[in-house]
Amino acid sequence: MNFEAVKAIYLFEMARTRRTLLQSVVSPVISTSLYFIVFGAAIGSRIQEVEGVSYGAFITPGLIMLTLLTQCVGNGSFGIYFPKFTGTIYEILSAPVSMVEIVLGYVGAAATKGMMVGLIILATAALFVDLSIAHPAMMLLFFVLTAITFSLFGFIIGIWAGNFEQLNLIPMLVIPPLTFLGGSFYSVNMLSPFWQTVSHFNPVLYLVSGFRWSFFEIADVNPIISLFMVGLFLLICLGVVAYIFRTGYKLKN
Amino acid sequence: MAPIVSVSNLSKTYKGGFQALKGVSLDIEEGEILALLGPNGAGKTTMISIICGLVNPTGGQVLVGGFDVVKDFRQTRSMIGLVPQELTTDAFETVWNTVSFTRGLHGKKADPKHIEKVLRDLSLYDKKDNMLRELSGGMKRRVLIAKALSHEPKILFLDEPTAGVDVNLRKDMWRVVEDLRASGVTIILTTHYIEEAEEIADRIGVINGGNILLVEDKAALMAKLGKKELRIDVSEPLTAVPDALAPYRLKLENNGTSLVYQYDTKGERTGITALLADLAETGIKLRDISTHQSSLEDIFVELVEARS
Ligand SMILES: Nc1ncnc2c1ncn2[C@@H]1O[C@H](COP(=O)(O)OP(=O)(O)O)[C@@H](O)[C@H]1O
Ligand SMILES: [Mg+2]
Repeated sequence: MNFEAVKAIYLFEMARTRRTLLQSVVSPVISTSLYFIVFGAAIGSRIQEVEGVSYGAFITPGLIMLTLLTQCVGNGSFGIYFPKFTGTIYEILSAPVSMVEIVLGYVGAAATKGMMVGLIILATAALFVDLSIAHPAMMLLFFVLTAITFSLFGFIIGIWAGNFEQLNLIPMLVIPPLTFLGGSFYSVNMLSPFWQTVSHFNPVLYLVSGFRWSFFEIADVNPIISLFMVGLFLLICLGVVAYIFRTGYKLKN
Repeated sequence: MAPIVSVSNLSKTYKGGFQALKGVSLDIEEGEILALLGPNGAGKTTMISIICGLVNPTGGQVLVGGFDVVKDFRQTRSMIGLVPQELTTDAFETVWNTVSFTRGLHGKKADPKHIEKVLRDLSLYDKKDNMLRELSGGMKRRVLIAKALSHEPKILFLDEPTAGVDVNLRKDMWRVVEDLRASGVTIILTTHYIEEAEEIADRIGVINGGNILLVEDKAALMAKLGKKELRIDVSEPLTAVPDALAPYRLKLENNGTSLVYQYDTKGERTGITALLADLAETGIKLRDISTHQSSLEDIFVELVEARS
C-alpha cells in the first residue's frame, strides 16, 4: 500500500476544496436557510408537530442528508472526472498506485468535505430550531457511512461519465427527487398505503429515517433495517468499484 | 548486464482495430540515452504509454528492472519518470504543490530540498508560488519535467520534449539531461527531429508504422549508413566532366564550378587518392576541397523508403 500517494491525493483534493470554500459552503447554507424559512416557517406554522417533534426540527435530519448526498456525489464524481477531462489522469495512471489508493484518496476527500458541509448545515439548523440528538453514536455512524457510500457512488459516476452533462445528470436528476420523496419533509406514515409501499423502494428513505431516529427516536422504518440498508448500499458501491479495478474501465485504452 | 528496459514482441491494437505496434522488441541499457526517431503516428507514444502503464498492451511483454510492467507495476512505475507529449496541467495548482504532488504519488516522503533543486535546475524556482495557468507553454513544459524528476526516477521518458519549445528551454533541458545521465539515469526520448537525436543520443532506434526498423549506436549508424561527399571547387567552370574522370561518376554542380564525388565511408577504399591523382593529370586547377557527411535525415529517409 502506497500511503504517501493516498495522502497526496487526499491533500490535493482538500486543497481544491479550500480554493472553492466560499462556493462550497455558502450555497448549501443559503439553500438550507431558505428551506427553513419556506418549509419551517410557512408550512411549519400549519403542521406544527410531526409525531411529537416540531416541524422545523423534524425536517432537519432530512435536510442534512440532502446536503450530504448532494455534496458527496458531487465531490466524488468531480474529483476523478476532472483529471480525466484535463488529461492529468496520466499522472495517476503512471504512478505506482492501484485503485485502492485512488479510491481512498478521492473518496476520502469527497466524504470529508461532504461531512464538513453537513456539520455546518447542522449548526445552521441549530440557529432556527431546538435540536437534541438522542443517539449521537448512531447519528455519527449513519452520517459517516452515508458520506462514504455516496462519495463512492459519485466516484463511480465520475469514472463512467464521458462529458459534463453526464457528470451532472445523476446528481441533479436523481438525488433531489429521491431525497424529497424519501420522507425528508414528511413522515411516510402520512401517505396512502400505496405510496408508502412505493416509498420503501427509495433507498434514501432508509437513510433519512435512520438518521432521524438517531435524533428523535421516531422512524418510518426500523433503524436496524436502515443501518442494514446503508451497509448494503456501501457493499454494492464497493462491488462496482472492485469491478472497475479489474477492468480498468474507461480509464485506460 | 541485463537491460534496464526490455521490450519483447510488444503489440497494441486500439479499440477501433488500428494496430499501432506490430511486435516491437527493444532492449534499453542502463545509463544510456536512447532516441526513438520516427514520424508522427509511428507508435512512439503508444510504446511509452504501455511501459508507463497508461495503455494496456495487446500482446508481448515489457520488463523494467526485471519486473513486469503489468504484474509488478508498483516496482516498475516507482523507477520511471514520464514527461508526456501533451501539455496537461492543473490550472489552479501552484508549481510547488503540483511537483510535490507527483513525488507523493510515487510513494516518496516529502523532500523540499530535492524539489527546490529540481525547480532551480529548470529555472522554475522563482515561479514556485505561481498558479500553472499563469505560466507560458514553455514554462509548463518545464513543470512537467520537474514533476517527472520530483521522485528521483532511474529511468526518464521524454515524449517529444522539444515540440514547441524555445532555444533557452532546449538548452536547459539538454543540460539537465546531461546531469541526469552523469548520475546514472537512463533516458529515452522520442522525436521526429533528426538533429535532436543526433545531438544527444548514444543510440538511436528508428520506428515507423508500428515497427522498429533498426537500433544502432549513433556513431555506428552514421558510419554504416553515412555517405560522404567530396566537393571539389575548380577555378575555371567546366562544361562537362573530363573523360579521364568518368570512372568516378562525378556530378557537375554550380554552373560547372564544382565536382561532387560520393563515396562510402564504410568501404575499404574511398577512392579519394586515385581521384585526386587523376584530377591532377587533367591539369584542372582547384580552388577548394570540402567533405560533407550525410545527416541522419538522409539516413532516415533512405530507411523508410527502403521498407515501404
Ligand atoms: N487512443 C487511441 N485510439 C485509437 N488509435 C490511436 C490512439 N492513440 C493513438 N492511436 C493511433 O496509433 C498510431 C500511433 O500513435 P502514437 O503512438 O501516438 O504515434 P507517435 O507518438 O509516434 O506519433 C497513430 O496512427 C494514432 O492515430
Ligand atoms: Mg507521440
